[in-house]
Amino acid sequence: MKSEIATDTTDELEAFRRTTREWLEANCPSEMRRPATSEADICWGGRRFTFQSEAQKQWMQRMAERGWTVPTWPREYGGGGLTRDEAVVLQQEMAALGCRPPLQNNGTWMFGAALLKYGSEAHKREHLPLIARGEIRWAQGYSEPGAGSDLASLSTRADVHDDHFVVNGQKVWTSFADQCDMIFCLVRTDAAQKHTGISFLLIDMNTPGVRTRPIRLISGKSPFCETFFDDVRVPRANLVGDLNAGWTIAKYLLTHEREMVSSIYERRAPPPLGRFAVERVGRDALNRLDAPALRTAIARFEVDEAAFRAWLAMFGAQSDIGEANPAVPSALKYYGSELAKRRNDLMMAAGGSDALEWESDRSEQGVLARTWLHSRKASIEGGTSEIMLNMIAKRLLGLSGT
Amino acid sequence: MWILSDERRMLRDSARGFLEGQAPASHVRQLRDAEDPRGYAPALWQAFADQGYSATLVPEAHGGIGLGVTEAGLIAEELGRTLRPTPFFSTAVLAAWLLREAGSQAQQACWLPRIAAAETVVAVAVDEHAIHRPDRLRAIAKRDGDGWRVDGRKQAVVDGHVADALLVAARCEGGIAWLLVPRDSDGVTVERTVMVDSHNAARVQFENVRLGADALVGTVAGGAALLDRVLDVGRVVVAAELLGIADEVFTRTVAYLKERRQFGRFIGEFQALQHRAAELWCDLELTRAILRQALADVDAGAPEAALHVAQAKARAALTAERAVAEGVQMHGGIGVTDELDIGLFLKRARVLQALFGDAFSQLDRVAILTGY
Repeated sequence: MKSEIATDTTDELEAFRRTTREWLEANCPSEMRRPATSEADICWGGRRFTFQSEAQKQWMQRMAERGWTVPTWPREYGGGGLTRDEAVVLQQEMAALGCRPPLQNNGTWMFGAALLKYGSEAHKREHLPLIARGEIRWAQGYSEPGAGSDLASLSTRADVHDDHFVVNGQKVWTSFADQCDMIFCLVRTDAAQKHTGISFLLIDMNTPGVRTRPIRLISGKSPFCETFFDDVRVPRANLVGDLNAGWTIAKYLLTHEREMVSSIYERRAPPPLGRFAVERVGRDALNRLDAPALRTAIARFEVDEAAFRAWLAMFGAQSDIGEANPAVPSALKYYGSELAKRRNDLMMAAGGSDALEWESDRSEQGVLARTWLHSRKASIEGGTSEIMLNMIAKRLLGLSGT
Repeated sequence: MWILSDERRMLRDSARGFLEGQAPASHVRQLRDAEDPRGYAPALWQAFADQGYSATLVPEAHGGIGLGVTEAGLIAEELGRTLRPTPFFSTAVLAAWLLREAGSQAQQACWLPRIAAAETVVAVAVDEHAIHRPDRLRAIAKRDGDGWRVDGRKQAVVDGHVADALLVAARCEGGIAWLLVPRDSDGVTVERTVMVDSHNAARVQFENVRLGADALVGTVAGGAALLDRVLDVGRVVVAAELLGIADEVFTRTVAYLKERRQFGRFIGEFQALQHRAAELWCDLELTRAILRQALADVDAGAPEAALHVAQAKARAALTAERAVAEGVQMHGGIGVTDELDIGLFLKRARVLQALFGDAFSQLDRVAILTGY
């Protein structure tokens, strides 16, 4: 599975591992060596962010100083300049100590990648270091009430004036927009074209005319918002890439998003479902889960989950040597999100009435029920399962006509 | 494990090239229609052996190539694609593996070179019930002076009808005895059973069969563990053959979706069919991934091997079932004719699903091995 493009020798990598472990042991506060228990516990960064503890602040700042909030970005933009292999070592050593990610947001894992690839030198110097240091938090402005799965039919308009754009329209599902400082948006700059009339624009949330409102979901609290733009004036310099060429950047970003959604399994390996069910339901005289049909459904799920993990690993190895089909992330996104829903349905079945308590100490304030409801969005956000299946059919199987 | 080495790629490509050239899927139909008494073509098996495939698991010291179960899996996948009936599974995989792992020096010296050269067929006899239940063996082996006596009945013995010898698992005092029984021993009765897939198996009866002390393979104390392990080798290789079948049927089906027109359009343009094809493609990738992991674990003797094999066999059985069902359905009327090969794949997949435990039994194993 070793990457063939690695330039490091094994010795150098082992030396890096040693010094990294020593540094993490010396610098990661003990409070940061436990997993975050809720979204409020995560370090998101940004102007409006308040650290939950001194340890959280120290941890993010120490990591940012080394560029390890974004380990593979170049040093001149605030990154750590690590090779892919070194970044893997860092990840492994952090996992071994149980270190939390020091900073997590759209900027570090999605927007930053797009800017590195498509941004001008000025864009990179202006925005990337701020993301790396956790000073600016970004929201994503893609979907609109009339443009969900058919994203390219979006209608938020940016009219070109001499040195600025004037933006009018509405974005929806703008996760955490009420907490963010900036938003990257897809806007229509040519009404006569579909895909080739869209531009990629960076907008400061403090600009007059920008307004954001949270959306309440079936799970109760939610990170989603809707964001409105009324005659918002945006400097021409905030355009990334060429005018009307935003769709390419958007597609690149969506691929990252899909990989991210599907890799939830890797990052947050949940406990085996069978064991959870045994704790809740109990065992029969043969020492098996005391609910035969549930037991079979769980076994079926666990086989698919194990196969999915193996698939992710196989895809990773294929990517490393440039043999992966770029459309595979759509398939991973589809399968991973369907699995997430199945897992939660089975958790509810195994949890019985305890899992249905919405507000009680025993249910930890309805954490099971809320997670279950939350999982419903997995196969909708970032492209619905049906759209993913269309893409597999079209790009991987060569079936036309969608 | 995830990326095939150049050597393995070459092995797969040469097996594919050889099988496609020498024995396309229609070969099995010809054997069936000719009511061939052996059920496979010895000349083709010999040609297959000349490529070294029958020697895959046989150690070099005994004239083999000494490769692993992973390589056997790659060959099985290609056999799945062409439905080629050969004694590969019974002899080159199960018997070779058992003798290599547990055979005495004399047993190895006698049988392994002949297996490598495709000069013999050796069948492994485990199952006694219509449903695979290796925990309920009733065949009995008893010490008889210096030697052994065997009584019992076995069924679904793959290639039992053409075997020169049978490797029989039987309950005995202190464990499970594996006994090497020459086909012509007194008290051995073999009834050929032509199966739905036109491949062949046998029901075998052992009545007061007397054997020498040298018939025991391995030890009685180690017999149960050996049974578990050889079944896992069998399951994972069968899973590979199922993947080959599923892959081949899927490829043919997608090609058909692109050429068949209805209502003035290619049927592959209809979303209802596209989504089902896309889901099936995901199933194939999932199966490929878990299978590679299981094969590597079996070769490495990893502690998770049994669990991963159960996962792989269950997944492969379910994937193949879906692939052949969709293959028939999407081909429409022609899909249920004997003229089209799809039906041959459907029948073969059904037999392999059941062999050494179907999806239900493997899901049960997954639960037990995971502790619930």
